[in-house]
Amino acid sequence: MDKITHKVVVLPCSGIGKTYGALARETAYELAERVRPDKTVLTCLPLLVINDPAAKKLVTENPVITIDGCPRDCARKSLEAAGGNASEACQAIKFYVAHKDLKPEGLAQLNEAGRKLAKLAAEDLAQTVDRLAAQEKT
Amino acid sequence: MMDIQVTKVGIVSCSGEERPEGTVCRLACRKVLDQLRPNETVTICLPLFIAGGEEERAFASKYPTITVDGCDKMCAAKATETLSGKPGQSLLVPEILKRHGLAVPASRRDYGPDEEPAVRAVAEEIAKAVDKTLEEA
Repeated sequence: MDKITHKVVVLPCSGIGKTYGALARETAYELAERVRPDKTVLTCLPLLVINDPAAKKLVTENPVITIDGCPRDCARKSLEAAGGNASEACQAIKFYVAHKDLKPEGLAQLNEAGRKLAKLAAEDLAQTVDRLAAQEKT
Repeated sequence: MMDIQVTKVGIVSCSGEERPEGTVCRLACRKVLDQLRPNETVTICLPLFIAGGEEERAFASKYPTITVDGCDKMCAAKATETLSGKPGQSLLVPEILKRHGLAVPASRRDYGPDEEPAVRAVAEEIAKAVDKTLEEA
C-alpha cells in the first residue's frame, strides 16, 4: 500500500463487549463518513494485531487518532506495538463526561443518545483532524 | 483423574471496522452471545491478546474457541492461534453469506431489517458451531 498523504488514520477500539467501545467505533464512522471524509481513513485494529504490513505502513507513515473504549487502551497499545505513535489518544468516555445528557447504551449498536453523542464527539475531533492534516501538508 | 466438563465456548470476533463484513461479524457474534447461546458462550476483545496480560492470552487454553472473520485476512483466527492457542473452528463471513445466497450489506453501520438476514445467517452458523464444539468436548 502506498503512503496515503494528508490523511489522518482513525483507529477505534474494536471491543464488542462494552458500550464505550461501540461509542468509539460510531465516533470513528461519523468522523470518516460524515464529518471529515476527505481527510480521514479508517483501518481495522485487528490488522495491527496480526502485523499486517499494509496496515503497519499506514499507521506509521500517517498521523493517527486512537479512540479507546476502556482503560485497557487496546487501540493505543496495539498502535505502539506496531511501531506507531498516536498523534491524539482519547477515551470515548470523555465525550460522555462532556455531554452527560446523552447516556450511551447498547453493545451491538448504540441507542439514539449514543448516536447523537458520537456525532458530537466526531465534530469535536474534527478540529484535531484539521490540525493534523494541515501539519501533513507542510 | 477427574474429567473436566466443557460448558463454555469462546467466541473471538474480527471487529472489521473498515468493512461491512466486520459489522456483520460483530452483530452476529453478539446475537449468539446475547440471544442464541447466552449460557454457553463467552467472548474476549481481540486486541487484548496484545494489550492485555497473561490471563487474556490464556483465553484459548481455557475455552475451546471459535473464531469468526470478516475477510480472508483472517485476523481473528491468526491472532488467536499466534497469541493464545489454536482455535477449534474458524468461520468466515463471506463464505457463510455465499452459501446462503446472501449479499454482503453495503453499509458499515445503522443495520436494520435489510441487513438482518445476513446477520441471522452468520449467527445461526456460529450457534451450530458452538453446539458441535460442546458435543465433541
